[in-house]
Amino acid sequence: MSGLMTVFYKELADAFSRWRFIILFALVLIAGIFAIYLAAQSISEAVEEMPTELVFLRLFTTSGENLPSFLTFIVFFVPIVGIALGFDAINSERNSGTMSRLLSQPIYRDAVINGKFLAGVVTITILMTSIILLVAGIGLRMIGVAPGAEEVWRLMFFLAATIVYGAFWLGLAMLFSIFFHRVATSALATIAVWIFFIFFMFMIAGFVADLIAPIDQTSSYQETVRNAQLTIMVMRASPITLYQEVVSVLLVPQLRTMGQLLQLQTSGVYEYMLPNPLSFDQSLLIVWPHLVVLVALTVVCFAISYIKFMREEIRST
Amino acid sequence: MQPVIETVDLTKAYNGTTVVDRLNLRIEEGELFGFLGPNGAGKTTTILMLLGLTEPTSGVARICGYNSTREPLKVKSISGYVPERVGFYEDVTAHYNLAYIARLNGLSEELVMQRVSEALDIVGLSEVARHKVQTFSRGMKQRLAIADILVKMPKLAFLDEPTTGIDPEGVKEMLDLIAKIAEERKMTVILSSHQLHQVQQICKRVGIMIKGKMVVEGSLDQLGREVLAGGRFQVEVKLTEITSVIVDSIKRIDGVVGVERSGDLLLVSCQKDLGPQIAKAIVDNNGLLLQMKIQSYALEDIYMKYFTEA
Repeated sequence: MSGLMTVFYKELADAFSRWRFIILFALVLIAGIFAIYLAAQSISEAVEEMPTELVFLRLFTTSGENLPSFLTFIVFFVPIVGIALGFDAINSERNSGTMSRLLSQPIYRDAVINGKFLAGVVTITILMTSIILLVAGIGLRMIGVAPGAEEVWRLMFFLAATIVYGAFWLGLAMLFSIFFHRVATSALATIAVWIFFIFFMFMIAGFVADLIAPIDQTSSYQETVRNAQLTIMVMRASPITLYQEVVSVLLVPQLRTMGQLLQLQTSGVYEYMLPNPLSFDQSLLIVWPHLVVLVALTVVCFAISYIKFMREEIRST
Repeated sequence: MQPVIETVDLTKAYNGTTVVDRLNLRIEEGELFGFLGPNGAGKTTTILMLLGLTEPTSGVARICGYNSTREPLKVKSISGYVPERVGFYEDVTAHYNLAYIARLNGLSEELVMQRVSEALDIVGLSEVARHKVQTFSRGMKQRLAIADILVKMPKLAFLDEPTTGIDPEGVKEMLDLIAKIAEERKMTVILSSHQLHQVQQICKRVGIMIKGKMVVEGSLDQLGREVLAGGRFQVEVKLTEITSVIVDSIKRIDGVVGVERSGDLLLVSCQKDLGPQIAKAIVDNNGLLLQMKIQSYALEDIYMKYFTEA
């Protein structure tokens, strides 16, 4: 136990003193501030036309004219944070010769990997909490409406889901850092997975859906819906889609279903939705399965890393 | 008395190739043991098995009575290890690196600070304690590695090729340092190397490992005798005629260990250079000396002999 805490403290201290962390923090913070600033501007301009309840949450989901919403930035950047914190966790120690020195100390071997993962998760937590608090503060000053209790709850769950999402990417990056011996390879491999999910997943999903349920101009309404449903089903294989749906429902209380409507919502079309929002527990109920899958994916990633790391032999060469 | 290291038929095979083959080793407390062998002989694998970092395929390794495979934590808490390519966290200070290791050993914060500065003092790095390791030379890093085990105050230490890549003077300092520490701390040291002349300087007992087998083991003097059937010098004498009188008189010379006939040559092994005495013995017994060649054998030759045999 003392071994775990020692590794944890050291890794945490390392994470915060690295340039890597400072750059990431600055990047996400600047993107966040811009997104919130523009969102607050467009909210105060259109304040007469829109319902005023739960307006604070809209800070995070409204996109400005040229800039995507805060939420879109988070979906995009959190994986990079996770990857940056974990891609060289194990193989850099192995390459620099510190691993065998570390493992010849009287600690259980899993203390090393647990400590590193835990430190990564705590780093993501601190980073995301401070960024969300900072941008929320700026938004609060700009629109002048304090968040209600329900909005605070929703934001807290949003934060929790973001941490899980970040932990998934951290776990994946650490997994690759165990499998690949070169740091560059493991970094590229994780980035490749991220690019695949973010840019290619919807193409593949569309392709699969067209293959199973092809549509053209003459297709009936049912056929079109089936095609769209298939697309979303395939898309949900990606943790990015899962996370996106979870946080959309959490931050847009009007959202009562996930699927086609979501696409309309994220482009800011509120007219299509029933104006009265869902209560928080109802929203949570909708995203619960998604959240569970996200946690499960993270656990699986970490479990594979753990087993691989524990079984690995220390060799002389 | 219980040996510090004991192995019973210790074997390790990777995908069918045997790297360490039924090794039986016994090292007593306070010994400075030289573990010799060419690269790839299985020295490092043996050390890793002793430390419980690698599981043996069969056989048992015990450190101070603890089974290395079953009780690795106990073993690791009493033994220090300097790997061949030892590495440190480059972007932090030497002090930080050592303190981390000390904390991993569960020492109290007070003890951590005390032991770290003590260890840095012993290896002569206290002035650069607050410098980043990336500014250190190879030799300094090796000394830092020694400090790394001192922090732990282990009962025994495995040093795997601790002198690779440092200049001759640095090697000398390093070896003296190791010998000094071993003596002062009553620490058992296993020094692995492929360079015999280094091991020779400080180790009393050596083992030579080749292709996973310990081909020879014993004190340096004993080894010399075994290998050359006696002496460190060999005198090759060519005579016109070899008579038993001459042979007997040579045998009587003080320091001659053995005399052997091969064709028209006489091979005399002796402890020191006895060329003149042998020549005199031959002439005194009316022999005619045609040729005499004196060869001295250092342990280097013994070592090489094993290498070429392997």
